[in-house]
Amino acid sequence: MTLKSRPGSLGKRLTPYLYLSPTMVLMIVLMLVPIVIVIGYSFYDNVIMNKHPVFIGIKNYAEILTDKNFHQTIYNTAFFTISSVVFHMIIGLTFSMLLNSKLLHQTTRSIFRVIYVLPWVFTAAIIAILWRLMLNPNGIVNYFLNIFGTIDSKVEWLGSRDTALYAVTFINIWSGYPFYMVSLLAGLQGISIDLYEAAEVDGANSVQKFLYITIPQLKPIIVSMAMLDCIWTMQQFSLIWMTTGGGPIRATEMLSTYTYKLAFSKYEFSQASSSAVIILIFSMLLAFIYVRKQKARD
Amino acid sequence: MKKNLLSVLLSIVLLASFLTVPVFAEDPITLEFSQWWEPELPQGAFRQLIDQFEEQNPGIKVELLSGPYSSTKEQIVAGAATGTMSDVVGLDGAWVNDFVKQGAITDLSALMKEAGYDESQLASQIQLNGSTYMIPVVNFASLLFVNNDLLSGAGIEKIPSTRTEFFEAAKAITNAEKNISGWILPISLETPNGIQNDVMPWAWASGKSMMKDGKPDLLNADVKSAVEYVKSLYDAGVIAPGAFNMKEQDKVEEFTNGRVGMMFDTLAHINLIRERNPELNFSVAAAPAEDSYTGERGITYASWGIGIAENSEHKAEAWKLVEFLMSQDINAKLATIANAFPGNANAAPDLSKSDPLFSDAFKVYQAGHPANEFVGLPVAEDLMRSFDEEFQLMLDGDQTVDEMLANAQAAWEKEF
Repeated sequence: MTLKSRPGSLGKRLTPYLYLSPTMVLMIVLMLVPIVIVIGYSFYDNVIMNKHPVFIGIKNYAEILTDKNFHQTIYNTAFFTISSVVFHMIIGLTFSMLLNSKLLHQTTRSIFRVIYVLPWVFTAAIIAILWRLMLNPNGIVNYFLNIFGTIDSKVEWLGSRDTALYAVTFINIWSGYPFYMVSLLAGLQGISIDLYEAAEVDGANSVQKFLYITIPQLKPIIVSMAMLDCIWTMQQFSLIWMTTGGGPIRATEMLSTYTYKLAFSKYEFSQASSSAVIILIFSMLLAFIYVRKQKARD
Repeated sequence: MKKNLLSVLLSIVLLASFLTVPVFAEDPITLEFSQWWEPELPQGAFRQLIDQFEEQNPGIKVELLSGPYSSTKEQIVAGAATGTMSDVVGLDGAWVNDFVKQGAITDLSALMKEAGYDESQLASQIQLNGSTYMIPVVNFASLLFVNNDLLSGAGIEKIPSTRTEFFEAAKAITNAEKNISGWILPISLETPNGIQNDVMPWAWASGKSMMKDGKPDLLNADVKSAVEYVKSLYDAGVIAPGAFNMKEQDKVEEFTNGRVGMMFDTLAHINLIRERNPELNFSVAAAPAEDSYTGERGITYASWGIGIAENSEHKAEAWKLVEFLMSQDINAKLATIANAFPGNANAAPDLSKSDPLFSDAFKVYQAGHPANEFVGLPVAEDLMRSFDEEFQLMLDGDQTVDEMLANAQAAWEKEF
């Protein structure tokens, strides 16, 4: 598309926007409009269920923020997210370094690459069913722990308040580390061998090489991944819903399940919108940090 | 010249086709029917019934919008909100109150009156403020399933029919070493219907109620007695481990695998249990009642209900479809293929080809009365969930039965 116009004319200034317009229209229709509508809903008494909802300002936010169950939800989400991200990173980095090791034969590395990436291939429903069966009081996990004498009674991993949050966090860590592993492996393969050789000449040991070459070289990837993982994990819904439904009692209630219950169990769509806006604010904060990091890198 | 002639001819053809459209194109009315039933019935069986309806009503076509229960619910909720609900909708009793409040489903009493329909042939109707909004098409009774081998192996000869007998049987069956439990209680918060299917039947079986004058009445002695009884089973260790995270399908799985002696379950699962474990020797019976109770047993049930959207432009035609599904023969047919009990009071399912347990169950069903107080309540699922949360806290020892019931009552009152 070309616009016949003088340099600096209105047409010329509009040209880039015309090129961008299809994307912008899609973004506006599919993202901006729904977000604005949800934000709008959050200021009414109860949309959808009330034919004539009444504007009530920030009352929904006040109710949610003073709800003790919401505080528990924030704690659970923070624990779940931070633990998941940290362990994703540690396990992902460890496995990627193993798979990048020259000590292993190429075939062995390929086989393990496939094995290690498997949890990432499964959908949330498969993961939930798999782990529900394994962590069942009569499941294989209790069976082996019993054989090895680690436990002497059946542990209700997902059914007890003492263990459920750890159990769902563990499942999420298991299912999410391959994403780190694959990305970090790509990063590791991109580090110049010259750096390691130079470090060896300088007398650096393995730990020093890891701390002063590997980590700094991977830092941009690690930071980006951690930010994205924070956003994704904070919004995790399906895995929690299909394994525990936020229970037992409220032991694994997350922001996502809390919001879902408000909308589809209580039919409090305005309160659910308020809760969703709070999640949006958290996500936006993380996204902002992520974008700033990216800009700084560029 | 030739071009002009062609354009004139084309114009005449277009004009003629436009003018003839109203004369010839009397399009049949298409009714949308959104439900979760079709996928749960043998393939093609429900469509056959609908084809029969279309044959009898040449001017009406029915488009079946079928999906699993949960997605149908979400689709209907969305339709209710946007005024795009299908003309005819499959309903669960637990949704009715909310849809009525939204003005999303129409008053069927008015339609029945208009059509001169004889209401006495309906086994039950779900009413709010004196008007019918949902008609149960077929009912799925929930009874006590008993593993006969485990029961007799524990030295118990008779299927328990009272709470004391049940307690003794559950205790006798439970064998931790062999990994066998007397009873199973799925109360996962994801699907809190365990409160409806496994906890409240202890009160309903003895004709007791959790409601009074349309309001929650959880503090009454009958509900307290039922909850205390379940707590006593829990404390006695006769309930299968993992109750707090268990769902209905886990319950059926454990019973099918012979790890549980007794469970409350819908008859719809009989075929599934037979398929999964043809060797399992089991019976069905009414839920045990209080020891002193001699009256008619309350039989927990769930329905495939039907309603008509308020936004439907073809309410009279939609009513014809409802009437068709509720007619004696068709309703009996539907009940037979669904392994359920008919919503038409005069229809009798053909049990000749069914599992003999259905005949036993039908006798139990006919001897009792349907009981499910969650039907028609506002935010019924949320009521179950809030009760469930307090119930779990109580079982875990964090509060007494009285505190639990007081908290649940307070939570319920907010919704009424």
